[in-house]
Amino acid sequence: MLRRLLSHDLPRSRVLTVVLIGIVLGLALTPFIFPGTRALNVAAKVIVFIVLAASFDLLLGYTGIVSFAHTMFFGIGAYGIAIAATRLGPTWPALAIGTAAALATSLVLSLLIGLFSLRVRAIFFAMITLAVASAFLTFASQLSDVTGGEDGLTFQLPEALRSGTQYAAEPFLGASIDGRLLTYYLVFIAALVLVLALLRIVNSPFGRVLQAIRENDFRAEAIGYRIVVYRTIASVASALFATLAGVLLALWLRYNGPETTLSFEIMLDVLLIVVIGGMGTVYGAVVGSALLVLAQNYLQDVMKLGAGAFENVPLLSRIVSPERWLFWLGLLFVLSVYWFPNGVVGRLRQRAAAWRAAVADRASVKAR
Amino acid sequence: MTTPPLLTLAGVHTHIAGYHILHGVDLAVPAGQVTMLLGRNGAGKTTTLRTVMGLWAASAGSVTFDGTRIDATFGTPDIARLGIAYVPENMGVFADLTVSENMLLAARGARTFDRLDTARLEWLFGLFPALKKFWLYPAGKLSGGQKQMLAIARAMVEPRRLLLIDEPSKGLAPAIVQNLVEALRELKRTETTVLLVEQNFQVAKALGDHVAVMDDGRVVHRGPMREMADDEALQQRLLGLSLAAHS
Amino acid sequence: MSEAVSEVVSEPAIATASASSGDATATHAIPRTRFDALPLLLVAVLALAAWPLVGSSSTWLTLTAAGLAMGMIVFIAASGLTLVFGLMDVLNFGHSLFIALGAYVTASVFAALATWTSMPSIALNLGAIGVAVLASMALAGAVGLGFERVIVRPVYGQHLKQILVTLGGAIVGEELIKAVWGPQQIALPPPEALRGSVLIGEVVVDKLRLVSVAIGVVVLVALVWTLNRTKIGLLIRAGVQDREMVESLGYRIRRLFVGVFAAGSALAGLGGSLWGMNQQIVVPQIGAQVNVLIFIVIIMGGLGSTVGCLVGALLVGLMTNYVGFLAPKLTMFSSIGLMVAVLLWRPRGLYPVTSR
Repeated sequence: MLRRLLSHDLPRSRVLTVVLIGIVLGLALTPFIFPGTRALNVAAKVIVFIVLAASFDLLLGYTGIVSFAHTMFFGIGAYGIAIAATRLGPTWPALAIGTAAALATSLVLSLLIGLFSLRVRAIFFAMITLAVASAFLTFASQLSDVTGGEDGLTFQLPEALRSGTQYAAEPFLGASIDGRLLTYYLVFIAALVLVLALLRIVNSPFGRVLQAIRENDFRAEAIGYRIVVYRTIASVASALFATLAGVLLALWLRYNGPETTLSFEIMLDVLLIVVIGGMGTVYGAVVGSALLVLAQNYLQDVMKLGAGAFENVPLLSRIVSPERWLFWLGLLFVLSVYWFPNGVVGRLRQRAAAWRAAVADRASVKAR
Repeated sequence: MTTPPLLTLAGVHTHIAGYHILHGVDLAVPAGQVTMLLGRNGAGKTTTLRTVMGLWAASAGSVTFDGTRIDATFGTPDIARLGIAYVPENMGVFADLTVSENMLLAARGARTFDRLDTARLEWLFGLFPALKKFWLYPAGKLSGGQKQMLAIARAMVEPRRLLLIDEPSKGLAPAIVQNLVEALRELKRTETTVLLVEQNFQVAKALGDHVAVMDDGRVVHRGPMREMADDEALQQRLLGLSLAAHS
Repeated sequence: MSEAVSEVVSEPAIATASASSGDATATHAIPRTRFDALPLLLVAVLALAAWPLVGSSSTWLTLTAAGLAMGMIVFIAASGLTLVFGLMDVLNFGHSLFIALGAYVTASVFAALATWTSMPSIALNLGAIGVAVLASMALAGAVGLGFERVIVRPVYGQHLKQILVTLGGAIVGEELIKAVWGPQQIALPPPEALRGSVLIGEVVVDKLRLVSVAIGVVVLVALVWTLNRTKIGLLIRAGVQDREMVESLGYRIRRLFVGVFAAGSALAGLGGSLWGMNQQIVVPQIGAQVNVLIFIVIIMGGLGSTVGCLVGALLVGLMTNYVGFLAPKLTMFSSIGLMVAVLLWRPRGLYPVTSR
């Protein structure tokens, strides 16, 4: 049954399985294991980024399209909720309308971008999406009436999801059972569903055609698959999932601004996650997100300890300073591209496969 | 025939993107003469030239030029500098550059136009009048035949030890092909070694001293041109045609 | 490239009237190359179209001057990138790093030469600018050499990896810049004698901008001269069209490429220096800001074409200034819109490089 749930795309590596279970359980039980708002915020961010990165992997890892406009859809989803909640009030229908409007907008935009991508070469396309994302960011920061400009929009959630709403008088295992907790689990379950859906998509015949196109689009077209159709559908699907990730983020933060979802830093984060985690493996997004977000939030503390040792060395002290954590992550990113082209997940799977092959060899030798 | 071959291929295999194209090519190109490389489409003729030129790497076997073994450390520019000129199937003419610039580029010894060997240029203009006429014209605006002339003239702008020419007559009108043959006959008089790939048997017969026929990535026949030109049955068998049919 | 600067003769030194065999039609003039001026006209068209929209002539002239100046600076920063891509099919998403380096080095030089910049002497001010510009180019070029060796060379031919790796290099580089110069913004006020503007007829022109344009024109002329009148330039132009053939002619184009990459990085450094001086403020993201514009410019102009890059840059410069005046919120979109319009007209850019 578990196999069917995962669409037969198993981790194929014991280490990976353990890591994944650890992450999922950790996220599921965060309110109880790691008390405090900071931990909960980090966990929520990990969850949202898992969905966002996985949707990007669909585009990059499975279809082979490099697009820097991904954060645009992320932002659309978040703004959909933010604007709806602000304009139409913190009600469930409002959230539904916001989500629907965001999905519709993303659908149209991703169709346009997807169709345009097929008329120009991949390199053109990558650069153009960069420009478009940049423009969208500027646009959102300047449309103050609608988007709240640079300051963004803060809003309330429906009654059921507010932190003031208590569901149980006493805290349970250290966590208070209130609307906030409900929101957290709403986000968690939604993300779980979305990731499983993505697994289903990439392991379907559709997903396999995508991979064929990525490998050799000329041949795929010659065999009879209309790559226009497939790539467009992949672009749209990827955008829609990203939009939903944005919706989840907005629900959690109860705020959205241009820097929260549209900035180039977020795009780079997603890129880092997918590459370090492993392209073309949905699990890479899970592992990568956990790595990146944890690093973002806790690496600095770790580095503070290290920084003390280098205090008096001029340049080195600045590099090891906690604010420069991105330097180390960037370095890891570059090294990953060279030496771990399939990321952490790919590496783990490779080792597991090699180990299995070695075991099989020994067994067959014994049998003779 | 006691002169050692200028170019020798021995057991050359070439793979391209997983496809095994050359299956052990053995070829000897004698110095100072024109060797024709014939064969059907897909026989591996172009691949052979490109392998010699280092554009595609041989996966097995050896290529030797004038006693020097061309191994994996030789890049295409190094091979060219041994004195080998290459005229590819698509002619390789730089469309946005003028005819003059194309020629200057091919003349490695000349830094500027006035360092070009005028006597040699005059000779080339004699062979290919269109070059002089369109000297300042962008090469992309030339007709197919004129581009081919330019491509060959480029290979001749400085003396070279070996010329590799890939299907020069392809797609050209018969009158132009005649010009081409005359120009190449002139080249023959300079005793330059040429390895010429052709599908047009008339051209082959007119110019070739020796012939090698390829099929399925191997050389299946080699010998003097005259022998093959006189033997229609041989032509039929190797090239699937008779002389009369293909002209 | 140290040959004597002899004028390249454009006519063969051989007597053209000499009787050559068989050519009966040698009597009419040799046809010359015809330059495709249509895209250049576009610049004029855009400028003229904006005139009625802007309203006042003097404002229009000022905006046009500013637009052309901005275009010039963007061109300088972009020229290296388009040549690098055209020549070796290498996509350097880390170009922004060299731009930022140029700006930061300029800031440091100005700080070090504060005695020169604070004096109201044009000579000293120009001297300071000269030193800053040369230092920027030198450092950017040197870093470019290292960048090519370490980051780009291992991934030749693999576009996806190139994009990722050069991006990564840019991230690491930006962090290093922040480590060396600090993450806060640095003010870059113009030197004393070059503050303010001059009035040329009805046009108000920043003095500093005039200097930038002058530098830009010098670079442009040098670039055009090198590309069109030297053999190395010939090699580059040919290599952009057909790298394989150039190698078959016996030229080691990889070595040439390293030189072009370094030169392109130096030019980016120069562009960053000028940009920083004109913005009067330097932030770590300065590279990224200009980079988006550069991408738009080189796509519009045609990847690999220097003239296209120039025209594209001028168009973007003008567009940004006109729209910045008329509807400031839409500047970025207007440039993108322009790019889309151009691509619909000529899908491979204004001056597509043949055989690409």
